[in-house]
Amino acid sequence: MPSTIIEKLWNEHLVADLGDGTSLIYIDRVFLHERTGSVALKSLEAASRSVRNPEQTFCTMDHIVDTFPGRTDKTMMPSGTDFIVATRDASHAAGINLFDLGDRRQGIAHVISPEQGIALPGVTLVCPDSHTGTLGGLGALAWGIGSTEAEHALVTKTLVVKKPKTMRVTFTGSLKPGITAKDMILKLIGEHTASGGIGYAIEFAGEAVRNLEIEARLTLCNMTVEFGAWSGMVAPDQKTIDYVKGRPYAPTDDQWDKAVEYWRTLKTDDGARFDKEIVIDCDAIVPQVSWGTSPMHETGIDQSVPDPAAETDEGKRTAIEKALEYMALEPGTAMEGIPIDAAFIGSCTNSRISDLREVAAILKGRKVAEGVKAICVPGSGLVKQAAEAEGLDKVFTDAGFEWRESGCSMCFYAGGESFGFEERVVSSTNRNFENRQGPRTRTHLASPTTVAACAIKGHLTDVRNIDND
Amino acid sequence: MEKFTVLEAIAAPILRINIDTDVIIPSREMKRVSKEGLSDGMFANWRYTEPGGREEQADFILNQEPYRQAKIILSGDNFGCGSSREHAVWALHEWGIRAIIAPGFGNIFYGNCIRNGILPVVLANDVVENIAAQVEANPANNLVNVNLSNCTVTAADGLAHAFEIGPGDREMLLEGLDAIAVTQRRDDEILAFQARDRLKRPWIYLEE
Ligand code: SF4
Repeated sequence: MPSTIIEKLWNEHLVADLGDGTSLIYIDRVFLHERTGSVALKSLEAASRSVRNPEQTFCTMDHIVDTFPGRTDKTMMPSGTDFIVATRDASHAAGINLFDLGDRRQGIAHVISPEQGIALPGVTLVCPDSHTGTLGGLGALAWGIGSTEAEHALVTKTLVVKKPKTMRVTFTGSLKPGITAKDMILKLIGEHTASGGIGYAIEFAGEAVRNLEIEARLTLCNMTVEFGAWSGMVAPDQKTIDYVKGRPYAPTDDQWDKAVEYWRTLKTDDGARFDKEIVIDCDAIVPQVSWGTSPMHETGIDQSVPDPAAETDEGKRTAIEKALEYMALEPGTAMEGIPIDAAFIGSCTNSRISDLREVAAILKGRKVAEGVKAICVPGSGLVKQAAEAEGLDKVFTDAGFEWRESGCSMCFYAGGESFGFEERVVSSTNRNFENRQGPRTRTHLASPTTVAACAIKGHLTDVRNIDND
Repeated sequence: MEKFTVLEAIAAPILRINIDTDVIIPSREMKRVSKEGLSDGMFANWRYTEPGGREEQADFILNQEPYRQAKIILSGDNFGCGSSREHAVWALHEWGIRAIIAPGFGNIFYGNCIRNGILPVVLANDVVENIAAQVEANPANNLVNVNLSNCTVTAADGLAHAFEIGPGDREMLLEGLDAIAVTQRRDDEILAFQARDRLKRPWIYLEE
C-alpha cells in the first residue's frame, strides 16, 4: 500500500505497538538545553537512573545565557548561573556531548543540531523544547516534549507516542520577490488558526517548498508548533543531502553511501492518503506581519488592524479585543506606518547565515531610523563567525544594529535581557505572546527582511518597496 | 505519582482561547533548577499588579473566593499551547489544580499533565461554557465532579458528559504509574530493536 513519509518514519522506529493507539517509538537523538534539560538530568540523578546512550545525546546553553560580548556564567537573569552550572555538571556526569559557553559551536539548539549534522534526514529527534519540529526541515521526525518525557527518552531511548494523524500542506505556485518561508508559515497559521494542526504530523509539499533552500525549510517547520501541530517535515532531496554532507556528526565513507541510499527512499508514495490536505497559493502571499498576541493574529502588511466587531464568535471576539488592548492598536489602523521602538533579528526561526545575508543586503548603505533600538543575535557561534568572515557584522553595526553573541536572547524574556515596558518590537522570532519579549513588550512577528525594512523606516512597512526609496 | 480517580471540587472558569504556557508561568518565574517552588509564579502576569511583583490583582479569578480553593480550571480551546515548559504543569499542580477541562490542549502540555497527575479533559466548547455558567451561578456549592473511572464530568445539573482519554494515559493516572518503570518492562524489545537497527542504519550509532 502506498504510504506517506510520516508513516514510513513511524514504522521504521516502531519498537512495539502498545495497542491503544500509542506506540513505543525509538528515539535516535536527544537534545537538551540548560533551561529544561537541567531539571531532567538532575531528576534522573536523584532517581539513580542513567542515560542509555550518552554518545547520542547532546546539550547546549542557549536559553538563559546572556548575549552581550564578553559574557560569562553570570547572567542578567537572577539565578541563571545556577542553571548553567547545574547543566554543565550534570552533562559531564552523564557523559553527554555539551556545547558549552566559550565553545564556538554553542548556539540555539535548533540552529546547531542541523549545523553539526546531529539532526539528519529520517532520524527521530526530541528535545524538551517546543520548537524541535524545526528539524523537520531536513526530513527528520522531530518534536518537542516535556522534561519528564525527556527523562523517559534518556533512560529508555524510547517514548510512548500517540500516533499522529497526517496532514499535507501543499504550497502551490511560486513566491514573489521579497516573500520568504516565514511569510508562508505565518500565512498558514493566520488562515487555519493556532489550533488548526492539533493532533497532526505535517508534510510540507509542493513546488514552492521544493524550491526553498534548507535553512528556509527549517524556518517553515520551526513554526509548526504555533499551528498546534505535533511535528512538521519536508521530505529530503538532493539539496538536503548536499547540506548534510561533511557535517561533524554526519556519516562518512561507506556509511555515507548507505545513508544516502536510505534517505532517497524517504518520500511519500504516489497515491498515499493523508487524513487532511490544505493547499496554499504562494502567488497570493504578501509580506505577513502579526497584529495581536497569538501567531494566528496576523495579516498582510497591506491590510489593517481587524475590527473585533466583525467577529461573530464571542470567544474569538473577546480574544481579539484583549489582544488589541495589549498591543495598543485601534481597529482599522493601516498596518503600514505603525511606529516601532525596536527591531530584533534572532531566534531559532530566523538567525541562520542565509537570514543574516538577506538582512544585510537590505541594511547595506542604510541606517536604522532614529530612536529605534535594533539588535541582531546570530543563532550560533559558527553562524556569527561565518557572518564576520563575510563582513556582515560590519554592515549590521554600520546600519546601527547591535551585534551579539549567540543564544535565544530576546526571543523570550527570562528576567534578564528584554525590550522595554510597552515597547513595540518588530521581530524575526516565532511568538508574540503577552510579555514574551519583556514586561508588556508588544511584539510584531515578521520575516527577517521585513524586520530590516521596518528598522530602517521606523515603522511597519512593506519590504518590497524599500528599493524604491 | 499521585493517583487520580474521582475529584469533586470548585472549578474556576478562565474562558479564553490559546492560554499559552508563558501565561501559565512566565519565564522569569522559573527561578530554580527544580520542579518545586513554582506555584507563586503561576499566572503571575494576570495574578499580580506588577511584573515580578506580588501584590494581587483583585479582578483575577484565582485571587477571589471561593476560587482560591479551585482544583479545576475550565478554559477555552488550545489551553497550554506554546512553550514546552513543564514548569507550567508543576506550578498548576503545586497550587492545587488537579483537572483542566477545555475543548483542546497544546500537545506537549497534555502529555505533561498526564505525567504529573493532572487530568486534562477534552469537552466540546458549548459543554464547557454550560458548565462554567452553572459554576458561576454559585461557585462555592455548584461543584464539578470529574470521574476518571467512568470518564464523565458532571456539574450541578446532574448531567454526565462523557469524555475520551487514551487507555494508556488513563491507566497511568488511575494507578499513579511511573512511565519509565512501565517501559523498562519492555527492555528486551528495545535492545532487540537496537541490534536489528544497528545493521540497517549503522550511522545512527555514534562512537562511544
Ligand atoms: S530561540 Fe526562542 S523559540 Fe527558539 S528555542 Fe530559543 S527561546 Fe525557544
